[in-house]
Amino acid sequence: MNEFDQMYREVILDHYKNPRGHGVLEDADAEAEGQNPLCGDEVSIYVAFGDDGETIDEVKFSGRGCAISQAATSMLTEMVQGRTATEIATLDKDELLEEIGIPLTPVRLKCAMLGLTTLKVALHKAKGTPLPQGLAGFDELELT
Amino acid sequence: MAVTAGKVKLDARALRADFPIFEQEIHGKPLAYLDSANSSQKPRQVLDAMTTFYETSYANVHRAVHVLGERATAGLEGAREKVRAFVNAPDVREIIFVRNATEAINLVAYSWGGNNLGPGDAVVVTELEHHSNFVPWQYIARRRGAEFLMLPLDENYEVDLSSLGEIARDHNVKVVATNLVSNSLGTINDVGPLTRWAHEQGAIFVCDAAQAAPHMRVDVQALDCDFIAISGHKMCGPSGIGVLWGRGALLQAMEPFLLGGHMINSVRYEKTTWGELPHKFEAGTAPIAEAVGMGAAVDYLETAGPEAIEAHEHELVAYALGRLADIPGITLYGPPADRRAGIVSFNIEGIHPHDVAQILDLQGVAIRAGHHCCQPLMHKLGVAATNRASFYLYTLPEEIDQLAEGLYTVHKVFA
Repeated sequence: MNEFDQMYREVILDHYKNPRGHGVLEDADAEAEGQNPLCGDEVSIYVAFGDDGETIDEVKFSGRGCAISQAATSMLTEMVQGRTATEIATLDKDELLEEIGIPLTPVRLKCAMLGLTTLKVALHKAKGTPLPQGLAGFDELELT
Repeated sequence: MAVTAGKVKLDARALRADFPIFEQEIHGKPLAYLDSANSSQKPRQVLDAMTTFYETSYANVHRAVHVLGERATAGLEGAREKVRAFVNAPDVREIIFVRNATEAINLVAYSWGGNNLGPGDAVVVTELEHHSNFVPWQYIARRRGAEFLMLPLDENYEVDLSSLGEIARDHNVKVVATNLVSNSLGTINDVGPLTRWAHEQGAIFVCDAAQAAPHMRVDVQALDCDFIAISGHKMCGPSGIGVLWGRGALLQAMEPFLLGGHMINSVRYEKTTWGELPHKFEAGTAPIAEAVGMGAAVDYLETAGPEAIEAHEHELVAYALGRLADIPGITLYGPPADRRAGIVSFNIEGIHPHDVAQILDLQGVAIRAGHHCCQPLMHKLGVAATNRASFYLYTLPEEIDQLAEGLYTVHKVFA
């Protein structure tokens, strides 16, 4: 496998070209918009909870950006289905990184984490679950 | 004189060998560089770090996907972490790279003061301030219709706190700003009482640590201040870079100071949102290699040990005060040796400081002559200017001997 294939392996390109969970949920129970100002990636995440008000029933996302950011978010929507808000708030980034399965440099890591960070912000706003690392820690945090 | 005080002994002679600038003569004499409070010299470690960075790792930071962009970003962010540890800041996102301490204070004055000061509020500074921690507050206070108050010095050149009760009674104090070490007298200010008083008033405490950080341990958590400003060039680092540290919650709530590239989250015709800390306050391309140099300077100072540097300077000051006391017509300004950093300000009766400095230069001795950006203090001392000899970790006692001998020559010239 050459280095191009390593970075843009088949599954990444597949998720990028055919994103799962792409779209908008009207009347979402939780939603947030995230940007990666360093390169301009954008992701909006919409969550609908099940009857228990805690389990994620449906996740959709819209946005635009590089293959890594969009494919990672697409993978994320499959990964979080049926899990609770609390579980997702503490979801380790390595679980997603394992799924993505490609070596990521620090700049691209930010692309890959955009969806998960935005999802955690959405859950924080709706359910008060902890904020993701990197955003947490300051009082009076403004969340877009 | 043997420089041996303190637990850790600093080997100034060995450190001096790290500084290429000393490998030359000035006017045929060895260089006695006694102007480090103005700007310090740079060790080879700092120069090499910057050169290597330019030769192997330079590109713009944060945006580029390519390898050089990654290396450059790692260099910049690595330097940020070094500075964080150096000042014991709780969070690396609170470390804002700016041009120098002056810009750091302007950032706070404009961004915090410009939005939080109003009529009925007061800003309190001291008579000991460098213009960089005086003029921005005077200006912003005036523009916002707030009052600008100055704590005077007592007869020992220490900040007189006796009016604090009166000020608290009559004014709504929002900002208290003072230096940690005076650049002209070397006074090490005990800012603890002022910090506590500021916080009792609900005011922010802004500490100009430009002259302290090179010479002693500065711990933002122990100081309990809200902002500190430091300059790289005074602490063995390059010019063109400084640091503002501020409490995360305050920085988070503040409006940006400079606007443009890099400091945004999203930009639309209708609205722009600000980036996360520290990016919100770092518009435009950063001083990247300068940050790398500052990181190397922090490493250098940590290796030498801020405590050892401080002890070394106390000894040099004590030695200098002893040597200079014998000079005819000399007036020495400032507190005793144990309460000051490596700075000695003086005047020679009947000889203007510029003339003193000029004649000293011809003998290879570099000092500063002027008002040291401290005109309010000069006014207090009743002089237009002073001579200032300042010391650092590479300063040797024989440089002070060279200064003293030079001053006798000054007398001969003007005799």
